[in-house]
Amino acid sequence: MKVNGTAHKVGDHIDTDAIIPARFLVTTDAKILGDNCMEGLEAGWVKRVKENDVMVGGQNFGCGSSREHAPISILGAGIPVVLAHSFARIFYRNGFNMGLVLLEIGDDIDKIKDTDQIEVDTANGEVKNITSGVTIQAAAVPPFMQEILDAGGLVEYGKKKLA
Amino acid sequence: MGQTLAEKILQKHTDQEITEAGQIVQCKVSMVLANDITAPLAIKSFKAMGAKKVFDKDKVSLVCDHFTPNKDIDSAEQVKVVREFAEEMDVTHYYECGDVGVEHALLPEKGIVGPGDIVVGADSHTCTYGGLGAFATGMGSTDVGAAMALGETWFKVPPTIKVNLTGTPKEHVSAKDFVLNQIGQLGVSGALYKALEYSGEVVDNMSIEGRMTIANMAIEAGGKVGLFPVDQKTLDYAATAGFSGGEAMIPDADAVYERVLNIDVTDMEPQVACPHLPDNVKSVDETSGVKIHQAVIGSCTNGRIEDMRVAAAILKGRKVDPKVRCIILPATPMIWKACMSEGLMEIFMDAGCIVGPPTCGPCLGGHMGILAGDEVSIATTNRNFKGRMGSLESEVYLSNPAVAAASAITGVITNPAKL
Repeated sequence: MKVNGTAHKVGDHIDTDAIIPARFLVTTDAKILGDNCMEGLEAGWVKRVKENDVMVGGQNFGCGSSREHAPISILGAGIPVVLAHSFARIFYRNGFNMGLVLLEIGDDIDKIKDTDQIEVDTANGEVKNITSGVTIQAAAVPPFMQEILDAGGLVEYGKKKLA
Repeated sequence: MGQTLAEKILQKHTDQEITEAGQIVQCKVSMVLANDITAPLAIKSFKAMGAKKVFDKDKVSLVCDHFTPNKDIDSAEQVKVVREFAEEMDVTHYYECGDVGVEHALLPEKGIVGPGDIVVGADSHTCTYGGLGAFATGMGSTDVGAAMALGETWFKVPPTIKVNLTGTPKEHVSAKDFVLNQIGQLGVSGALYKALEYSGEVVDNMSIEGRMTIANMAIEAGGKVGLFPVDQKTLDYAATAGFSGGEAMIPDADAVYERVLNIDVTDMEPQVACPHLPDNVKSVDETSGVKIHQAVIGSCTNGRIEDMRVAAAILKGRKVDPKVRCIILPATPMIWKACMSEGLMEIFMDAGCIVGPPTCGPCLGGHMGILAGDEVSIATTNRNFKGRMGSLESEVYLSNPAVAAASAITGVITNPAKL
């Protein structure tokens, strides 16, 4: 999958309460959760997002609670890919399970500025910064996670196991 | 090669030979948990997988504790979904009504989880059971839905950071302070993907409740689990709670650790985590004088009977500042009842506290203690993220129950030793 869109930078240690505050956890509807994405960071944050834009986080993106509503709200906002310096553990696993592509970039994350135009090839982890002309290589997806992705996510993986 | 506690427990639950950190292992789970916020999504995924029944009706716990007693129509609808699923699957451990408590206080108390178990829960503070020597960790709803169907899940064997707690703590300094201090040293991502393992004389002398307070906050340093050795104290606690099984367990002498962190608690003052991250830790005197509007004493971190006793000892014969809402939430019905029989309720009411039912409520900004803009709360909870307890313009300071109670009396953050 190739994703072309605008980068939306958020800071280090973006917690899941920032991504989707608890008051919105009374639904499992992706559209409603998406409409309130990052409402715990800044009221109305999501208004800047267009379909296929890319979220760019710093260190430890997605720390805090285990709420799967967090990756669902990002997907619901129309963002298919999150690039970050690093991801919190539960969020990382949840992202893959939900089909949200998460690429770990490390210190190269600084080569992306807010509103840069970004092209991401999720197949090989290549991130092109169209605005600056710089290309960044993301860390490879761990093989076992790749298996889950190849199965089509954890629900499909579970289906096969149960069949 | 010797094994850490994490490796030992994982090994008990898998046929694969564990040889090193980073290895992926498939493990049988002892208990699978979800709550009123996360279970509806887990059930959705469970059904989408085509699962017809849970792998073992005695090994699934559904605890409606976050927005209960239901705060609004939407949360009532979510609880209904969980209740109907529990009925359909004939789940043994379903809690919603007069029997419900904060999940991580409730399950150990009822002997539903215990030493040597692997517990996965759709709640990040599932790591609490590490205090009992269980490999317990939070996951998302779909992972938990899969575990409910399959009875197993995968783990990456974590590298371990050993935390060695030595010395003799001062009065009013307890488990919460040790763990806040440790998070301050490691940072909120210092144990990312890793296990924390505790040792030292302070651990040997610590109650199981104190150990659970520390294990509870493993996730606040990014950790996967916070593990304590299983000693006679653990076995006695588990047996009293009605847990069957469990055996003493210590790490091998030649176990491999990524890092050893030594913390001498002797000169430690009560610790306070300042807004807006749990690693923004200062000693109480550096924060004294910060005006508060609310004090919350409860939660899966510090809502157990020992915490209630500590708060009551400070509040006894004193009055809460009339401009402060001092909200006390004993974490389970059993703790509530103990508060009554021990006379703590009378102390709380005489002091002017608000005593509520067992619920996660204000900790996550759910209900029963939400902050307006520019309001400040001190809380014995585990997270002080921006907006966690209400308005994005509010602030939360984390502390032990003694500091929270002392601050409720004076209206400003206060060292209980100076009360």
